[in-house]
Amino acid sequence: MKKKLLTYPYLLWMIIFTIIPLFLVLYFSVVQTDQFGTRFTSEHLARVFEPIYLKVIFRSIALALVSTFFCLVIGYPMAMILASRELKKRDILVILFVLPMWMNFLARTYAWMTLLENNGIINQLLLTLGLPTLNILYTDKAVILGMVYNFLPFMVLPIYSVLRKIDRSLLEAAEDLGATPVSTFFKVIFPLSLPGVVSGIIMVFMPAVTTFVISRLLGGGHYMLIGNLIEQQFLATGNWGFGSALSLILMAFLLLTMGIMSRTDKDREGGRLW
Amino acid sequence: MVRSFLIKSYTFLIYFFLYAPILILMIFSFNNSKSRGNWDGFTLKWYAELFQDSQIASALYYTLLVAVLSSLIATILGTLAAIGINNMRGLPKMITLNVTYLPLLSPDIVMGVSLMLLFIFIKLQLGFLTMLFAHITFNLPFVVFSVLPKLRQLSNETYDAALDLGATPFEAYKKVILPQISPGIVTGFLLAFTMSFDDFVVSFFTTGSGVSNLAIEIYSMARRGINPKINALLTLMFICIMLLLLIVNYRMSKDSNKETDVKIIK
Repeated sequence: MKKKLLTYPYLLWMIIFTIIPLFLVLYFSVVQTDQFGTRFTSEHLARVFEPIYLKVIFRSIALALVSTFFCLVIGYPMAMILASRELKKRDILVILFVLPMWMNFLARTYAWMTLLENNGIINQLLLTLGLPTLNILYTDKAVILGMVYNFLPFMVLPIYSVLRKIDRSLLEAAEDLGATPVSTFFKVIFPLSLPGVVSGIIMVFMPAVTTFVISRLLGGGHYMLIGNLIEQQFLATGNWGFGSALSLILMAFLLLTMGIMSRTDKDREGGRLW
Repeated sequence: MVRSFLIKSYTFLIYFFLYAPILILMIFSFNNSKSRGNWDGFTLKWYAELFQDSQIASALYYTLLVAVLSSLIATILGTLAAIGINNMRGLPKMITLNVTYLPLLSPDIVMGVSLMLLFIFIKLQLGFLTMLFAHITFNLPFVVFSVLPKLRQLSNETYDAALDLGATPFEAYKKVILPQISPGIVTGFLLAFTMSFDDFVVSFFTTGSGVSNLAIEIYSMARRGINPKINALLTLMFICIMLLLLIVNYRMSKDSNKETDVKIIK
């Protein structure tokens, strides 16, 4: 079939602009160029595991995990409300839920910068009410808040779409067999919604662990997450080798996490890929 | 009763959490004083300052130019690719689809730095052209995945009928296939435009030598502190994106109505 030829320009483009660049990341993370020429080295990769950088990596993972946890705890009930049968005006509510996602994420982060400021609106309000002021800008708390605010819809939407598909008769069966609402939730609804929970976790954790904007704007100039470290290597210190090594490890870590997560997901559904 | 009250207040709190920051951001773009805590009368001066800022004007020019060009090129390449993929089977199809998923799966920052390495490696000076190439790359999957479902819905009979009636394959494509998949193509184009217009991370790493887009300008202004000009710019950008989305949504709902019509007739 000649029609396959139509894919070739596209494939050529994708090879040049996505596959080769990824191999370049791999290449730069294992070579060293100096006056003696270019040779292989494990220096950059080893440097990633030095204590000060490990600390940054663990902090990024910990903050992303905390944000993911909050998104799940806040988002699951919201997804249940959106999916519940008796909800009126569901379409409008779902659209309104998605809408803020289309506002540039810089805007959403910047909005919190202005709100949390020492003499920002929140503190002005607290002062008028005679309450103590809140000084969380440029701390972990502000970064977590920024992540939860930015990524909450990514948690709610996949859970919502799975919950919508749950067969009502299963819930009725549980009820008929004498299950309380609480045990119906834990034994029927929650297990059935796990695929949605898994994709929600992946969709929140991924951008949270790689961000450098939220941490820079809400965490301040000296705040370091792995994203900031990578940005710094490429744009400030020009150490591409170390920057590539960090990107490589980050990518490997994320692919591994996604692989494991989707595997548990597959187990539940009975099919198994690997 | 209690349950319904709890549900209503929870819903209200969540939507308040989602919308209050955005609304406050927009309202304060009209605030006369530079302070963020106090309202000091209505003004349009930040918008006026915005329109006089030559750096913002240049960033707007590049944002629009890159968005239009990258989404046009991605739409052409992506539509051709989708037609090809639709005719592929087995392993080649799986590989092509996985390659298409790759930009969607890799984190923005990795995509940004890897493209930056490529451009430096092939000694292409970072600037307008490199940003354009990067945008075409992340736009392509959106076009492919908008057009592919439309192609799957097509029946082969109409195309064969056109050939039987004496059309050349090219004519048959132009007159029979293209009109049927054009909603997918337009949706893909608009999605790609939106993505490009809003992009920060990939642009940040792949541009240079004085070329920047609006998102980069906002980031560098925000890094220096709070400035009501940013509020004004973000408000305008949000309105533009909303208008675009309305068009996309309107097209999509028109589309799905058509599909149900067909189903009813069948």
